[in-house]
Parts: sequence; C-alpha cells; structure tokens
Amino acid sequence: MDNISQVLEQLGAWQAATAGIRSLFMSDLVMLGEIPSPTYGEAPRIEFILNRFFEAGLDRCSTDEKGNGIAFLPGTQGHQTILVTAHADTLVTESKDQSIEVHENRMIGPFVGDNCIALAAMTHLPGLMQTLQVKLKSNLVLLASTRALGRGNLDGIRHFLSRGSIRCDTGLCLESVQLGRLNYACMGMLRAEIHCQLPDQYNWAQYGASGTIIPMADVVMRISRIPLPKRPLTTIIMGKMDGGIAHNNIAREIILGFEVRSESTEILRELREKIEDITEETSAQSGTRITLDVLSQRDPGGLDIGHPLVKKGRAVLSALGLQPMLYPTTSQLSALRDAGIPGLTIAITTGERRNDLDEIDESVAIDPMTTGLTQLAGILAAMDEGVGA
Amino acid sequence: MNPGHWFRNWFAPPGGAASCDSESIRKWIDTRTFHHSQFSDLQRLVRSKQEQNISISLCLPTLNEERTIGKEIVLLKAELMDRHPLLDEITVIDSGSTDRTRDIAAGFGANVYLASDILPEEGVKRGKGENLWKALYQMKGDIIIYIDADITNIRPHFAYGLVGPLLQDPALKYVKAFYERPLTLASGTRVSGGGRVTEILVRPLFSMFFPELTAFVQPLSGEYAARREALERIPFPVGYGVETSHLLDIYNLGGMDAFAQVDLDQRIHRNQSTHALGKMSFGILQTFFSRLKEIEKCPDFPAWSQVLRQHQCQDNVYEQVEIPVVEEDRPPILSLQSYRQKFGRA
Repeated sequence: MDNISQVLEQLGAWQAATAGIRSLFMSDLVMLGEIPSPTYGEAPRIEFILNRFFEAGLDRCSTDEKGNGIAFLPGTQGHQTILVTAHADTLVTESKDQSIEVHENRMIGPFVGDNCIALAAMTHLPGLMQTLQVKLKSNLVLLASTRALGRGNLDGIRHFLSRGSIRCDTGLCLESVQLGRLNYACMGMLRAEIHCQLPDQYNWAQYGASGTIIPMADVVMRISRIPLPKRPLTTIIMGKMDGGIAHNNIAREIILGFEVRSESTEILRELREKIEDITEETSAQSGTRITLDVLSQRDPGGLDIGHPLVKKGRAVLSALGLQPMLYPTTSQLSALRDAGIPGLTIAITTGERRNDLDEIDESVAIDPMTTGLTQLAGILAAMDEGVGA
Repeated sequence: MNPGHWFRNWFAPPGGAASCDSESIRKWIDTRTFHHSQFSDLQRLVRSKQEQNISISLCLPTLNEERTIGKEIVLLKAELMDRHPLLDEITVIDSGSTDRTRDIAAGFGANVYLASDILPEEGVKRGKGENLWKALYQMKGDIIIYIDADITNIRPHFAYGLVGPLLQDPALKYVKAFYERPLTLASGTRVSGGGRVTEILVRPLFSMFFPELTAFVQPLSGEYAARREALERIPFPVGYGVETSHLLDIYNLGGMDAFAQVDLDQRIHRNQSTHALGKMSFGILQTFFSRLKEIEKCPDFPAWSQVLRQHQCQDNVYEQVEIPVVEEDRPPILSLQSYRQKFGRA
C-alpha cells in the first residue's frame, strides 16, 4: 500500500470480504476463550495459537522462555517490522466453567471481552490478510504474550522486547473492547494489594474485638479522602476485597485490591507514599498488621496525539464510521513505550458487563467484529509505509 | 408393505446371550473402541472421504436450544465445512421450538427444517426420534452424524471422532460416542459408565438379554454416526427409546461387527431431574420390551401399560400423577415409497 488514501478507499471492499470469514473467526474465538489460561498457566492456549500459525504457514512459530507464542510473517520488502500483540492470560481460574454462549447478536462468557476476541483476531490475522489479498511490505511479528495481568505485570511482552531476537520498529496492541478506542499513550499505574491481618497474639476473647474489617474500612476511608487532581488525570479504583468466612466469625485477614492511575509520574509516586503512610498509621492504631504489596507499577508516557501513527489510526477509524476514542490506557502499550517502540492500542468489538450476568461473565457484540477486523487490516496497511511516513 | 420386511434378514442375527462370553466382549472393546484423537488428522479424513466418494451429513435435532445451538453450528461449520470440507451439510431438524432456536441456527448458516414440514403425508409425531427419522429423508449424506443440540462444550472432534471409524473401516455401520474413561487411581480403578438411566436400567437389561451390548460405555449417548444403508432399514421410536432401539436393531441385523465406539473425552450438558429420568426410563422400557417381542426372545410378554405413575406431595397431601408415555415406532424409512424414489432405492 502506497499511502493512506489508497488504504481508505479499500476499506469498504475489505469490510464486505471480512464478513465472509466471520464464522471462522468466531470459531477460533470460542475455542480460544474456552481454554483456561490463568496468568502463568497460558501454555494450552499458546499451543492452540501456535497450531493455527503453523496451519497458516507462518515462519518461526515458537515459544520463548516466558511461554510467549511467537510467529513471523515476512513482508515483501522487510524494511520494517510491525509487532501485533494480544495478551493470552485471563483472570479466570481453571476451576471455573469457561463456556462461551453464542447468541444471535452477542457472545457471553467469562472475560470473553478480556482478551479472547483480541487474541482470536491476532490468531486469525494471516487468514484475514489472505482473504483481503493484502501483502504488506513490512514484516509482521505476532506475539501472544503471557504473564500480562496482575503479578505478571507484562512480564511476557517485556521479555520479548528486551531479549527477543527480532527487533520491532512499531507495534499494535489488540484489546477486545471497546471498538473505537485508539490509545496512543499510557497512564501511569500502580496496582497493589493491602493486606490486613490479625497478629498472632490477638486477644480473641476480648469483648468488642473487631478483627480486620474495621481497620481495613478505615484504610479505605482514608484513601478515598485523598484529593485527586483532574489534571493530570488521576484516579483510584478500588477493585476487590476478600476476607472473612462467616457473619459471626472475626475476620482474620482482609485483602483490598486497588489500582492507582495517573498521567503524572510524580503524582503516582506521591500517592504511593501517602497510601504507605495510611497503612502504617492504621496498623499502629488498630494493633493489626497492615502491609502494602505492590504488584506492578508503570510510568506514564507514549505518543503525541499529532504523531503520524495516531493520525493514520484516526483516519482508518473515521473512514469505517467509528468515532475515535482517544485516551491513555494501562495496556501492553506501556511495555512498547518502555522499549522505545511507537505503538497504538485498538479494540475489535463492543461489549459490556451486566448485573444480570455472573460476575466474571461479559457480553460482546458479534456484528461489530467485522468492522473491528477490517480496522485491524486497515491500520496495518496504513502503518506499512513506516512509523513517520 | 410390512415394515418388518426391511427390518429382518440383513445379516444373520447373532446368537444372543448364550453365545456371549467375557472374552468376546473384551476383544470387541480392545478392537472397536477408539479415541477421537486418533482421527484428528482432518486432511487425511477428507482425503479418505473423497477417495470413497461418499457424502456426510450432520443432523442437530432441536427443541428450544437457543442457548447452545449457535455455538454448535459456528464451531462445526467453521472447522468441518469451511476449514476442512469433511461435512457436506449441517441440518437442524426442529420439533417446534418456541424460542429463537431456528432463527439462530439459520443465521449461522445451518439448513433449518421443522420436523412437521418433512414428509407431511406421514403425519406429525413429537419426539427426538421423529426428528432423527425425518432427517433421513431430508438429508443427502451416505453417512449421517447425529449430535444433540444441548452440548455446552461442543468441539469439532464430536463430529470427526464419530465419522473417523466409518471412513477407516467400510465394514462398520454404526459408531457410538462415550465421554468418560476409566481412571486408574491410587485406590484402584474407578468404574466408568454412562448416566443414571444407563447404569440403573439399560445396563442391567443388556446384561440379562444382550450381554454383548454391555460393551458400550454409554449406550444412551445422543451422539452417533451411521451409514444410511443401516439407518434406513431400522424402525425409529419417536421418543426416548430411539438410542436403545438403534443398538438392539442394528445388533440383530449385523451383530457387534457393525459397531464401534469413540471416546469424546468430556461432554457438558443439562442435568435432568429424577422425575424426568423416570419418564425416559419408562419410554426405554417400552422400546426394549417391544424389541424382545419382535425378535421372539419373550414372545409371550403380556401387554403393558403406557401410563407412568409418579408421586408428588404438597403440604402433606400426597397424590399420584399419571403421565402417558407412548413409544411409537416409525417404520424403517426404506419402507416408504417416497423415500425409495428420492434415493433411488429399488
């Protein structure tokens, strides 16, 4: 492809052609999504993906020391190498039912929106390009990365970028939802747990003993009172809390899981210090043991909104009738940024989590997937000229 | 024409219980039990199918399966029609669903028919067996695969695992699925088997009258593949007895040499209440007894009631519920002139 206008002209025809491979894509999506793939346990899902890459005739299909699934699709010129990546791990444990339901217009299943659709899109990319008869000049590296979530902290992609034998010039991170997102920058992020435990010598017989819930409630209250600036954008997400066994039993341990996000490294550092102060002070006052366990921390950064890559992405999305949603993300993009590789994050369809579904179930729309896959092909074709072109 | 004409004299009937011994069962299990992974080379299966110049049809009988039918069609069509041309058609035969089953199935590319619209001159009966029987008329394949539509963990191997032995061995007529394997545990061997109705009803009956058929791990599984030439010669109960009757009838036509079974690993589906299983058992018993009479093993068996009596209790008031369960047979479809004309049978 010589220029962006040529790409944009093709999108209508590509969208029609992509509709023809919808069932193959959905089939891969279901089979991938139903393979349990908790962080550090992604091997079965990676094996499925590599088998698909083998079947598609890709080169250098392999896994590395971190279990990443990697394949290489040489370009006609090979003047640059584009990394396409999606994380292979999900938050579902192996014991959970992984079944995905296929309804008329939507699919429902455990974390089907995070990140099964993106993974299926990447797995299906060779077939998509073949269907569209698109031959890129650039090499493509397809990376199903492991150990992205939670304590994994993007370990898989970071390892690939730092130790891998293939140097990538630019990158495209895939997420399942929401179609229209065009992330060019990363939020700084601090993902952590606060553990509140009873000391070994705790006086269980003491009347009014409150265990760990009250001190943890105090911690939550004090964190929520920390003033957060709107610029640079900063948020604290209280994501989960576990602990206790019964209404009438004193809880021995409570764990709070939370994430701080900010566009400012300095604010992120200040918030970490404040939360450490809160835990230490509450620990001393309550006589419980309260500790902060940082699972992962990432600095903010990324491309400028005027970067040519962002402009091309916006053009493709707009040509497909999508309103580009430009906002910073906490996705794998930060690993690219840390490695000095310009990149974008896009998504394949729309989805939602609803109160009428199980906690882990997500509902994603089927029809927009065709547009999402066309967008993927379009952006890759637009990136084909080079990062700055 | 007497439908029994088609039912008998295909092969010499086996000798029955007296001719059976543990060694023959052991030998059958050893040689006729496969695992689906033995047939996972789909390119080889497709080549074999093409060399034999046969067509393969997949039938999904449905009644209100909107939660599962979409996935079954998406996976089986994508993998076994689009990616590997093993199946020639996927057809849903529906009993009159009141949910979105038919729309969803058609939307994902299956051929969809109401059972009542097929062979209307033969009338309408309700039941899964009716759908399977009418599928023989509606579908074109030399091999027919039947897969229940309520499976939540459907995989392509459900279909290719069943058809693989038939493509491999032209002498086989009928391949039955099973889903659990014996596990050798530290404390010994876990007994593997079928569901509750199998273990409490069907296996004891087979042990008494047809010991060789006990070689099937799950004789009632709803997934099987068979050659048209076998299916068209046997009657089909329209209700619960269809799986049992298939085994009995093909056994009486061809003995155990006609059969194989395939391990499909795991099947997740709806669990049924004990009352529902009681109804199923009652239907199976009717079919079983009718076959005993048919093959003259128990020619003097008295007439039986077709009303199942179950109890229910509410606020210390006990009452009996009478549930009519009538297991009617559809005749061998080869006995229909319209069928013979359509498929060019003499």
